[in-house]
Amino acid sequence: MESDLPLTDPACAEFLRTNHLPPPGGHATLEAYWHHLPWDQRENGAWTLEALRAELAACLDPSRKTKAPLVLQTLEIFHGRDKTGAPEAHDLCLLPGDVICIVGPTGSGKSRFLADIECLAQGDTPTGRTVRINGQPPVPELRFSVESKIVAQISQNMNFVMDLSVSEFLEMHAESRALASPQTALQRVLEAAVGMAGEPFGPETPLTQLSGGQSRALMIADAAFLSPKPVVLIDEIENAGVDRLRALELFVEKEKIVLLSTHDPLLALSGTRRLVIAGGAVRDVITPSAQERKACRELASIDKALGQLRERIRRGDRLDELERIIS
Amino acid sequence: MKLLTVAGPPSSGKTAVILKALGWLRDEGLKVGVVKFDCLASRDGDIFKAHGFPVITGTSANFCPDHYFITNIEDCAAWGAEQGLDLLVSESAGLCNRCAPHIQGFYAVCVLDNLAGVDTPRKIGPMLKTADLVIITKGDIVSQAEREVFAFRVRKVNARAHILFVNGITGQGSWEVSRLWKDAPEEAPLTGGRLRFSVPSSVCSYCFGEVNIGEAFQRGMVRKIRIQDAASAPN
Repeated sequence: MESDLPLTDPACAEFLRTNHLPPPGGHATLEAYWHHLPWDQRENGAWTLEALRAELAACLDPSRKTKAPLVLQTLEIFHGRDKTGAPEAHDLCLLPGDVICIVGPTGSGKSRFLADIECLAQGDTPTGRTVRINGQPPVPELRFSVESKIVAQISQNMNFVMDLSVSEFLEMHAESRALASPQTALQRVLEAAVGMAGEPFGPETPLTQLSGGQSRALMIADAAFLSPKPVVLIDEIENAGVDRLRALELFVEKEKIVLLSTHDPLLALSGTRRLVIAGGAVRDVITPSAQERKACRELASIDKALGQLRERIRRGDRLDELERIIS
Repeated sequence: MKLLTVAGPPSSGKTAVILKALGWLRDEGLKVGVVKFDCLASRDGDIFKAHGFPVITGTSANFCPDHYFITNIEDCAAWGAEQGLDLLVSESAGLCNRCAPHIQGFYAVCVLDNLAGVDTPRKIGPMLKTADLVIITKGDIVSQAEREVFAFRVRKVNARAHILFVNGITGQGSWEVSRLWKDAPEEAPLTGGRLRFSVPSSVCSYCFGEVNIGEAFQRGMVRKIRIQDAASAPN
């Protein structure tokens, strides 16, 4: 005889509540509980006794409980093959706080490289690359379930689609993370997002009314503070009306590994390394030179000046003196 | 031969996901095919053909697609075996999210998309609850946070399944799907097997083609909203 499930366990109670089933009450066994359920409640919920038993057992399974997010110390990518089958020249070791820029023309193999990291390739993808986490091959569970995936993604094409205010949405995300102090986290995300976006917005602003730059800023701040993923993959954030350098700093402060697919000179030179992808392989690894670093600082001040001009245009200023400065 | 059931709301990306996942399996030398159950004429069969996959299409027309599925799956599986397939995918779109084509002992997949809204997982019945793998599509157009919340909500109604994000256009995530499909259980006998959940027993006059509205035309199983109770209910 199968031992009965502790119906009053918080995980069970929570499961019954989310599935619109009545609280367990005084029933000693699941079977007694089941027989007291009105037939239409079983029918509407599409339940059978066996299915309910299996689901409740799964809720109680300790291996399924929310685990502490993985602490990533190293992410190693061992070489695979290029499109001709020749071995790739570089093995890589990425550390928290690294900003890695991925450059190369369309079709060079950038997406495949990023996909290898996303799926934690074990020599079993077309490139033959192998990924190790903290020096170890990943356990299979890390590869086949969204909860344990290590990569968060942000791209130019992403939008908020939920019909919620900024604060309602952040609360919902914080709830899914079961954070100790969701309100503090929420406040931090909002402050960081407003700091990066050109125009301010408040907690009551509906998500779908945010401008492109505000949305991007909120996605970045949310990924930095609320997402448990230790690796962030960013696809082209240029021209989004976001303080891009501040965004990178935020991820570095939060000790994320940032993989940035970009050809924006300011971002590319701001990274710790640039990977040049060609013919399906990492062809070169460039660490910015002293000259490049210096050029990057100048680019940053040009970028800042352009940002100020944008702000003045927004205010309705005239920029007559600009002609004199440029020529 | 392995048989998999793939179910999901219309336009959630089932065909695109199947094409990408089967592509990986074919590249490894497996013989793979599809049986597509649809309620109205569909072009999906042609899409599979164009990609070189053996396919048969069944159109349920005025039958409930899930009932139609159950009465035809044995014959379809026999066809797959005749073709010498290693793996046959049965694809079907539920109409009302009340039923599921999932069979005990066979790998069951549910496809949902991120655009459906975060309350959708709670509104979908056994198709989602009894699945072994839940695939969430269209993640490339919503935020990371919305994807995480959606997956969390799916987890709340199905504590056992693998959950994966797949991009049906680029195929990102489809490799992982193909690994899980490759490990799906081998053939179990279909005849005498059991569905994971019953499909509705209701048969009313509208099931038989009645078009007139009014109590005089309502025969068989009829279920009425108790307006008084419904109006005073808290939610």
